[in-house]
Amino acid sequence: MEIYLPIADLPVNIFLVLAMGLAVGFISGMFGIGGGFLMTPLLIFIGVSPAVAVATVSSHIAASSMSGAVSYWRRRALDLALALMLLAGGIIGTVAGVWLFTLLRSVGQLDITIGVSYVLLLGSVGGMMVIEGVRAILRAHQGKPVQLRHPGSHTWVHGLPLKIRFKESRIYISAIPVVAIGLTMGFVGAIMGIGGGFLLVPMLIYLLRVPTNVVIGTSMVLTLITMASATILHAATNHLVDAVLALILMVGGVIGAQFGARAGQKMRSERLRLLLGVLVLAVGLRFAFDLILKPEDVFSIRPLEGVE
Amino acid sequence: MRRAAAALFAALVLAAPARAERLIASLSSHRVQITSIINGVELVLFGTVEPDANSVPRNNAYDIIATVTGPRETEVTRRKERVFGIWVNVEARTFVEVPSYLAVLSTKPLQAIANEDTLRRLQIGLAHTLLPQQIGPDIADVVADDQFRQAFLRIKQARRLYSESTNAVTFLTPTLFRGSIEVPAEAPIGTYDVDVKLFADGAMIARTNSAFEIVKVGFERFIAGSAADHGILYGFATAAMALMTGWFASVVFRRD
Repeated sequence: MEIYLPIADLPVNIFLVLAMGLAVGFISGMFGIGGGFLMTPLLIFIGVSPAVAVATVSSHIAASSMSGAVSYWRRRALDLALALMLLAGGIIGTVAGVWLFTLLRSVGQLDITIGVSYVLLLGSVGGMMVIEGVRAILRAHQGKPVQLRHPGSHTWVHGLPLKIRFKESRIYISAIPVVAIGLTMGFVGAIMGIGGGFLLVPMLIYLLRVPTNVVIGTSMVLTLITMASATILHAATNHLVDAVLALILMVGGVIGAQFGARAGQKMRSERLRLLLGVLVLAVGLRFAFDLILKPEDVFSIRPLEGVE
Repeated sequence: MRRAAAALFAALVLAAPARAERLIASLSSHRVQITSIINGVELVLFGTVEPDANSVPRNNAYDIIATVTGPRETEVTRRKERVFGIWVNVEARTFVEVPSYLAVLSTKPLQAIANEDTLRRLQIGLAHTLLPQQIGPDIADVVADDQFRQAFLRIKQARRLYSESTNAVTFLTPTLFRGSIEVPAEAPIGTYDVDVKLFADGAMIARTNSAFEIVKVGFERFIAGSAADHGILYGFATAAMALMTGWFASVVFRRD
């Protein structure tokens, strides 16, 4: 059944989009991430312009993180104070990201920026995750105990001023790295159409030493608010959010996430991390090929935007 | 007095163009809804040629060239080049107020209907359509073999937005003709002008106009309109929809 997307100006098969929502939702539920880094490229692939894809996916991620955040909230497995502090940075980052997004779009370099950012970010993060995952599995295979860093150990992050105590996470840490992380997530999310859960979770664990039990819930609250505000900002400045597309994606996404979460609980965590790493790396490589291979046509046409 | 009347009559006869045939044309539909053209739509152009008492006998049959011009928009053509190993947009040209859709339908190949000079003068055919580019402060069309112009036409044709079909119009009787206008799903909303020209013996002897409109109606128009006119409100509504969907899912699938 074909339906017409009013903002993307494109007819699509409703079942195809629903299936994409389900598939990405399944993965996002399995790994506890938003899945924007998969959804945005998929939408671009079916013909949605990168600008509309990025703007629309932000609302899709808002929906899937809302459903996750509510479940974590019921179990009190999140640190609201930490999430709000991250958010302070996140909002500034989102505003800056949407501003840069608009600027790049007007000079015709948005698509290339999205492409290069995907390659750099997904390539490096995916690569690290794969290496780390393989090492963890090898260690487990050789029967050596998993080397966890000592929870009390301090890094340079702990030497910074403006310290605040976060009760739920049981950490006492400077506000500077917290706000900086929030800022990065907001900025990256607005430009690349990703919630950044796969970036935020490792940063919270390794840089801030947030305990694992509150990490995912906290990350989801942050993602939820940054992505909801990115939706509003994209809609207000660029008029690019396709509500019809977003709704189909959301419905598929939240259903898929439930099944993904059940599948994820049956897998061992180091396997899960390796799998996620491979996935992230694969998407990064896919973008790299697009940039490196000679395009079918070196010319492209696009209506002049931002003059209305 | 009689002399004055004769002069007036002579002036009228001389001033009136030597148009002996009347051309009448219309379309099967003047309003197309965007939801109905998901797989593209075909409109029928039909019309008749009415010779009158003054018609001179023609050596050859009549020919029709119809030009369908979609709403005008400004488009940017970009060229990619390899920079440090990756393909980047390096050069861009802005085509100012060019037709978003352009179809040239005719009974015969254009060159067989009229000579090159006539075609150029009347701007008939993709090769003779004005595609003004912004070059610095000036706006001008460039030579026909300009690479950006060529690329623009090639991409538009590949997307079936520009087309030249030399057998799309047929005469059912010596004076009654029928043509088909194919509009792809990608065609933008707006008014499409249909300009029909009648040719005989290599010269244009009559022309007429018609038009149709592609409209977004109902739901699509409401969404697109709200997004453009009430961006902030639309954003809040979409965000609220996302939160509701997420919350609803967590309630439906609640396991604890």
